[in-house]
Amino acid sequence: MSLRIIKAGVLDSIQDMGRNGFQHLGINPSGVMDQFSASISNMLVGNDPGEATIELHFPASIFLFEQPALIAISGADFSATINGDAVPSSHPFIVNKNSLLLFQQPYRGARAYLAIKGGIKADEWLGSQSTHLRAMIGGYQGRSLRKNDQVLFKKNIDYSSILGQREFMILPWKADLKWNREKENENEILVLPGHEWDWLIKESKDSFLMTSFVITQQSDRMGYRLNNIPLHTLTNEEIVSSAVSFGTIQLLPDGRLIILMADHQTTGGYPRIAHIISAHHSKAAQLKAGDKIYFRMTDQQTAEELLMKQQQHLLQLQNACKFRLEEFLNS
Amino acid sequence: MRIFKKLFVMLLQNSYSIFPLGDSALTIDFGNRINENINETVLGLFRAIQQKPLFGMIETVPAYSSLSIYYDPVKLKKRISLHETAFDHIKKEVENFLETFSCPETPASKVVNIPVCYDEDYATDLGRIAEIKKIDKEEIIRLHCSQTYRVYMIGFLPGFPYLGTLDEKIAMPRKSQPQMVAEGSVAIAGKQTGIYPLTSPGGWNIIGRTPLKLFDPYREEPTLLNAGDVVEFYPIGKNEFLNLLA
Repeated sequence: MSLRIIKAGVLDSIQDMGRNGFQHLGINPSGVMDQFSASISNMLVGNDPGEATIELHFPASIFLFEQPALIAISGADFSATINGDAVPSSHPFIVNKNSLLLFQQPYRGARAYLAIKGGIKADEWLGSQSTHLRAMIGGYQGRSLRKNDQVLFKKNIDYSSILGQREFMILPWKADLKWNREKENENEILVLPGHEWDWLIKESKDSFLMTSFVITQQSDRMGYRLNNIPLHTLTNEEIVSSAVSFGTIQLLPDGRLIILMADHQTTGGYPRIAHIISAHHSKAAQLKAGDKIYFRMTDQQTAEELLMKQQQHLLQLQNACKFRLEEFLNS
Repeated sequence: MRIFKKLFVMLLQNSYSIFPLGDSALTIDFGNRINENINETVLGLFRAIQQKPLFGMIETVPAYSSLSIYYDPVKLKKRISLHETAFDHIKKEVENFLETFSCPETPASKVVNIPVCYDEDYATDLGRIAEIKKIDKEEIIRLHCSQTYRVYMIGFLPGFPYLGTLDEKIAMPRKSQPQMVAEGSVAIAGKQTGIYPLTSPGGWNIIGRTPLKLFDPYREEPTLLNAGDVVEFYPIGKNEFLNLLA
């Protein structure tokens, strides 16, 4: 009922959809960076979309399955292999006991999500299994995974009659990742104006909307710093601290921008230039240092419609996966 | 006094603005100021809305002079007309709530005495402040300990209290470059003072360290302080600090 870490990755941690309801105590929600992709990996194995997954960054850990498991990896594609054989991203598959899961190279995206059918046994704190890296609690002992850690599964499911002697078996369905890609540029991020958007001088507004920026090395689960040409404001009015959110784009005193991500602080006092729309949090979470990013302004109506569309897609996928999985396991 | 307070709250209700914080949260802003009465209203509203959550609400975050409400736009969109945005809908709900809102009785403030060791081993910026302000270190410590502070808000890090208002004589701007700050560090920035509950990068000026744990995830109440509490500092020597820490 477990998998073991044979070699630690750079930052692999157990995350679910985060803990809500404690930001008034300064406790930020944490949780996966890319809720959309984590939901997909869960749905592919028939889990509740909010079940805890292992969030992987590249180079990712090497995992040894000590028991057979039905798993799926979605989000970034790090060229996963089982015992040296390539396995596709966003497909469910069953791995046999003593199989080695290894990620060879980052092909696309920044964060992959490993879901295990039945879920993971992990430490819960304030209603969530997400690892709070700063408070050092939740998930796996409040930290990222290390060599020799043993991640336990919640359920012991017998796949022997399906697997036989095979090392792994790819199930014949997948998540459609191109569902809206043809219309979308992966680096183009839609934003809504922040409360201090109009503080920017005209040239800075133009620069924000018409230039592409590069995500710098100073980027992690807390936030991404951009390499933009310094932006200028009409006023230097002090802002007393107030809430900031996942996707808030703040203007730092040196004129550069920072995008707040999953481990963002709960409050801040820098000008809020814009907010990434929720439907594009997933795209933003899949960008990494060195990637380009473009911002385009939109409105509430569009932001909400895009989010609804994304949710509907997930719901359809969930139903389809459930149906296929039941059919498969009962056949 | 109560009547005065109610009147004040009513006055404030006419002077708020609501703006979106992206597509899943909004902020009710009472004027971008550090003011005890405004903060009292924010906390009253926070408590009232916690007791009677709005449909689709996820959580609320009180700050100095604002309350932010996180909501689930998908949940709201399913319930409202096609032409209305979730933001417009919840904004209206908030306005209705504010119209009938009367500030609930403020619970008695908890007074918390916090020991601080101002030894130079911990007070990495005390000497510099003394030089710039041309005030003896002893006098800075005396001023820091000679008053009570209100916990205006908890934010930034788990359990980090924003305390005000600091004596003008020792007010210091933030440092230009953040540095690693040790857990328990007592710091000042502008006319605020605060305590770092966890080791973290930070830009406030460090003047001492407390052995108390401001944040402990294993405690039933993980944070020592809540917004609305009152804090008083008192100086301790290094030996006492180390004893209390053990």
